Amino acid sequence: MTQFDRTELTLFAALPVLVLLSVLLPSWIVNYIQVSLGTGMVALGVMIQMRAGLVSFGQGLYFCIGGYAAGLAGKYFGITDLFALLGLGVVVALVTSVALGFLLRRYREIFYAMLSLAVSMILYGLLSSTEELGSTDGFNLPVPTYLFFAPEGETARLTLFAITATIVILSAVVLNRLLRSSLGLVNEAIRENELRVEYLGTSAHMAVHMTYVVAAVVSSMGGVLWALALGHVDPEMTNWTTSGSFVFIVILAGTGSIIAPLIGTFLLEILRVYAVELSPNTWQMILGSVMLLTIIFLPKGLWSLVQKTSPRKRFDPDTGDAVAKGV
Amino acid sequence: MRKISRILMTTTAVATATICAAPVFADDVKVGVVTFLSGGAAGPFGVPARNAAELVIDAINKGDLPAPYNTAGLAGNTIAPVYVDENSKQKNADFQKLVEKDGVEMVVGYISSSSCKSIAPEAEKLKRLTILFDCGTPQIFEDIVTEPHYTFRTAATATMDNVAAARYLMDTGADAGRVAGINQNYAWGQDSWRDFSASLEQLAEATEVVTEQFPKVYAGQYGSEISALLTNRPEVVHSSFWGGDMEAFVIQGSARGLFERSKVVLTAGETAMFSLAKQIPEGTVIGARGPHGDLAPESDLNTWFRAAYKERFGSEPTYPSYKMAQALLGVKAAADKAGSSLQDDVIGALEGLEWEGPSGKVSMALAGGHQAIQDTAYGTFKLAEDGSASLVDVIRYDAGCVNPPAGVKSLNWIKSGFDGATCN
Repeated sequence: MTQFDRTELTLFAALPVLVLLSVLLPSWIVNYIQVSLGTGMVALGVMIQMRAGLVSFGQGLYFCIGGYAAGLAGKYFGITDLFALLGLGVVVALVTSVALGFLLRRYREIFYAMLSLAVSMILYGLLSSTEELGSTDGFNLPVPTYLFFAPEGETARLTLFAITATIVILSAVVLNRLLRSSLGLVNEAIRENELRVEYLGTSAHMAVHMTYVVAAVVSSMGGVLWALALGHVDPEMTNWTTSGSFVFIVILAGTGSIIAPLIGTFLLEILRVYAVELSPNTWQMILGSVMLLTIIFLPKGLWSLVQKTSPRKRFDPDTGDAVAKGV
Repeated sequence: MRKISRILMTTTAVATATICAAPVFADDVKVGVVTFLSGGAAGPFGVPARNAAELVIDAINKGDLPAPYNTAGLAGNTIAPVYVDENSKQKNADFQKLVEKDGVEMVVGYISSSSCKSIAPEAEKLKRLTILFDCGTPQIFEDIVTEPHYTFRTAATATMDNVAAARYLMDTGADAGRVAGINQNYAWGQDSWRDFSASLEQLAEATEVVTEQFPKVYAGQYGSEISALLTNRPEVVHSSFWGGDMEAFVIQGSARGLFERSKVVLTAGETAMFSLAKQIPEGTVIGARGPHGDLAPESDLNTWFRAAYKERFGSEPTYPSYKMAQALLGVKAAADKAGSSLQDDVIGALEGLEWEGPSGKVSMALAGGHQAIQDTAYGTFKLAEDGSASLVDVIRYDAGCVNPPAGVKSLNWIKSGFDGATCN
């Protein structure tokens, strides 16, 4: 397990590239990369569940929990330290997901999707009707500090970017390990045939529960990082349209690699930006057409383009490609 | 497979070409215009506002407007608008893109208060003139950006609508002993009801809230809420519903006799005045979030605006259109006064500026000259003999009568008994 696979090496190599890009590229693109890294984390959460055949239509729940935990800690306790806020978001998500996992782990397919959606919409309803938290208008977050370091202006922007990138890359590496671990393999087996998994002596419930909690933690970290970059949270974070967009990204990008959702998020963002620029009134049509074409021509997502060029990968059990006939 | 990859490569090539070919015009002032172009708020707000922007920008460029705006351009420079959809999860990133990539001189836009809350600090950070034209939350300059330099708001806050609604009820002698509210359960509805009930508490001798209904936004069905309103027998019903929700409430409520039993105040009722002329019961109190639409005072500018809008888009302009026109004319007035369309000159001239919009005089009186106040008006709906909708018993309120003085938070001002209000 100490050996790094290609995905991990690519991720490690991507980190200095990302940091370098943040200095070289115009800051508006860097900003899109940064928000994409935040939402990309949530897409990762959706993706690891999808590996187990579970479609979470309510991942916005943990995205929002992360954002609000950080926001509330800043608003009421004056905490501005990024690591403290991140830790807080993770703890709240952890507690919530462990509790909700007992319920959700018993459901599969559409029932899992609907139940996760329902829970996220409960939070949406609660936040929208709470005037103290700004209701649907939400509220603003403080500018983050880093332990004893409180940068300003350009330095603050670059620091937040570098830290976001580092956290996202490290999380992606850990998640990649998770997919290669026995839990990850059990998840794929659950997707194929849950009954056999149980006969083989493994608890499918336990595996689903753990995956759910991991996905929640990753999503909440995405929520904290995204909210700090934006400086504002509102209940829209847990609305079904937001959750739906994460599922969208994963379908577009494919579940072949942990890198796919991260790149997919950014591509979709840039596609949207240029679609709006090209046709501000009907940009959704452009986005929809791209989705449709992707699903028709690349049913396994954009990542299948990358995979096809490297035949060695085809039989790599890590990617799940060899077993995935006709899925 | 090769075919597919060729298709994809072509697509990528085309996309890259589009990305690189950003058009640049010399001597044009680029203005970012951000409103809802999709989603639930597009129909009632975003699109009428964008239409008004198209109309007014064209007219400014051609110099077609009535005096004093009858010179072409912003201090002679043509406006090149860049339209952006406010319906986006990455509003701040989109804003930054407008500023840095598109290189806009200023941004005019933002309907939702949530957008305004996140954009205002961003505008100050990126140092770009940003004119909020519609969003209503008083928090923008009270809490979020307390010392604005780049952020302006050319629309009055939502406080004005509800203070004026309460005053109108008093001035028309309505009984307001038993009051009820039906407002959408989100920031706008909650704030509106809070301001209205607080105002009425100050103005009426004895008033009691008999029921507060908060259905969710876009619910569309108000059967049980209307039942609750009927059984509690309120004398006044306040509603800040807008767009489709408001129309649904009017149709469902009038069918069940709610409007006969109680005096209903629709603070944003004006948008449905003409389309639902047959359904709105007479006697309903109607507001337009300022002296817009049918409540706008007679002027050459207003006449021109209504006629030009109707000719181009086939419908009467509603208040979001008026507010957009008001913001753009403010920019023009400031640029012409400064003799320049450069950001810093426009900012200098816009601070504390007074100008005439299609709905009358606007003054940037609050928040150090960054927040507008204006007169407002309410009227009572009446169907004329010929079947056309009209407002009667229109009462106008001075800006100083329904807006807090500089430096006072809205709710504190209401609770202090409107300390410092100057009513005529």
